[in-house]
Amino acid sequence: MNGWQTLLYKEVLRFWKVAFQTIAGPVLTAMLYLLIFGHALEDHVKVYDQISYTAFLVPGLAMMSLLQNAFANSSSSLIMSKMMGNLVFLLLTPLSYVHWFLAYVGAAVVRGLVVGLGVFLCALLFTPIPALAPAWIFLFAVLGAALMGTLGLIAGLWAEKFDQLAAFQNFVVMPMTFLSGVFYSIHSLPPLWLVVSHCNPFFYMIDGFRYGFFGVSDVSPWLSLAVVAGAWVLVSALALQLLRIGYKVRT
Amino acid sequence: MAAISFQSVSKSYASPKGDKNSASRGSFLALDAVSLEIEEGEFFGLLGPNGAGKTTLISILAGLTRPTSGHASVLGSDVQADYARARRSLGVVPQELVFDPFFSVREALRIQSGYFGVRNNDAWIDELLESLGLADKAGANMRQLSGGMKRRVLVAQALVHKPPVIVLDEPTAGVDVELRQTLWQFIARLNREGHTVLLTTHYLEEAEALCGRLAMLQSGRLVALDRTSNLLQAASSNVLRFKLDGSLPPDLAARARVTGRIVQLPAHDAAEVERTLAAVREAGLVALDVEIRKADLEDVFLEVMQQQRAPLQAVAA
Repeated sequence: MNGWQTLLYKEVLRFWKVAFQTIAGPVLTAMLYLLIFGHALEDHVKVYDQISYTAFLVPGLAMMSLLQNAFANSSSSLIMSKMMGNLVFLLLTPLSYVHWFLAYVGAAVVRGLVVGLGVFLCALLFTPIPALAPAWIFLFAVLGAALMGTLGLIAGLWAEKFDQLAAFQNFVVMPMTFLSGVFYSIHSLPPLWLVVSHCNPFFYMIDGFRYGFFGVSDVSPWLSLAVVAGAWVLVSALALQLLRIGYKVRT
Repeated sequence: MAAISFQSVSKSYASPKGDKNSASRGSFLALDAVSLEIEEGEFFGLLGPNGAGKTTLISILAGLTRPTSGHASVLGSDVQADYARARRSLGVVPQELVFDPFFSVREALRIQSGYFGVRNNDAWIDELLESLGLADKAGANMRQLSGGMKRRVLVAQALVHKPPVIVLDEPTAGVDVELRQTLWQFIARLNREGHTVLLTTHYLEEAEALCGRLAMLQSGRLVALDRTSNLLQAASSNVLRFKLDGSLPPDLAARARVTGRIVQLPAHDAAEVERTLAAVREAGLVALDVEIRKADLEDVFLEVMQQQRAPLQAVAA
């Protein structure tokens, strides 16, 4: 392993060592959502023909868990290292800002994919779920996790205290995920909220991801791909710039 | 080629909000045009009171802090323009007792080694663990270690990529005697084997015993730079030491080193000894256990610091 691969390995090992908290916990939470919402709404909500509400819910929940955990991985790792002071071990190394980016985002993608896969596999115990276009599923899973891992990297660099990070998570990430169509099709919303949802990049991540399973979606998967990839490029440019100048880590 | 070079390195920080006493209003000068060269193979000491700028200077060398102006280099590699090569040549033991709670000692060392692209490093890691008395702690989680053990791991982490230049920022602060011995034996061995060592410490007897050359910093400025032996010779050669119950007259107190009841004053000749003891007597006090000893580095340090402070106080008055 070279330098950045070691950092990637370390970041993966970090969450793997507390897998009960970082993987099993989020999977269990998603299963509770599935159990409760699925049971309560199964007979009342119909989104697509031929697809049960519970099955409709699964890709959204898998993606939501994937996104939240990708964000949590890079952001919590960075802020903990900053608070505990052990980020100095990394600052003293010859690793470049591109190496930091690859490793932190890479580990966030791994955690996101593991949690997302966990949710999907556990959900299979409840309901059969088709997977018509696995390539789309994989593409949106990786891009979504990369986007959120990159956002987590920015939040982790910016935040100086845990409560600032929690604010970012509670007031930005959570509303955007819940208002992205995890639990419903946005076509069931009033016109105003339909427009608002179309401005939410999370909507495109979940919609494109769902297309991979069912072959139907609210918007074209190509549009979703363009929005998600474009958002990732923008966010990555910002993250790389912050890392390059050593924002809040090199004085 | 110099192992470490600082060329007119200055660093200013923005003052904390509401700090109206700052000299230049709005910014605080932590380092003021410090120039310093340390040759390969030297054991060099950097001394100064708290807040003098020692850690800032080291942080600039390590790339943790960027200088406001000036340049620093390690074995000819600029710490900013050629940071990767500079950092490969440098091993830094940070002052703060930091650790990563997720890993065992061996994992932490393997990971640190990996960051530098050094593979299959277990033989050297084992040697480090052995030399620093950590062999039986290799599998222990970092959280389970005592403060002294964590300090040893910090040293091992700094050396894991075999850097030719080693920087230790107050490595013995709050460390017991046994560890200090182990640590200095090991560092002295590395120095004999050709490593350059830059040390900051508050324990001046350590600096006197180990460092061939010394620099003293005060308020961000370099106020002394010479061979340790020259500094010791230049200082007042003798010190008058006695015990006292009661407080010293003000003119003596300004020059004295006081530790509890023990008072130590510079004494260049017999007349000065007599004058000092007379002043004590006139103040109605009795000096007990009077003795005269050779000046040590602490005396030199206090003398240099006082000389530097005197003109500043004159300006302030």
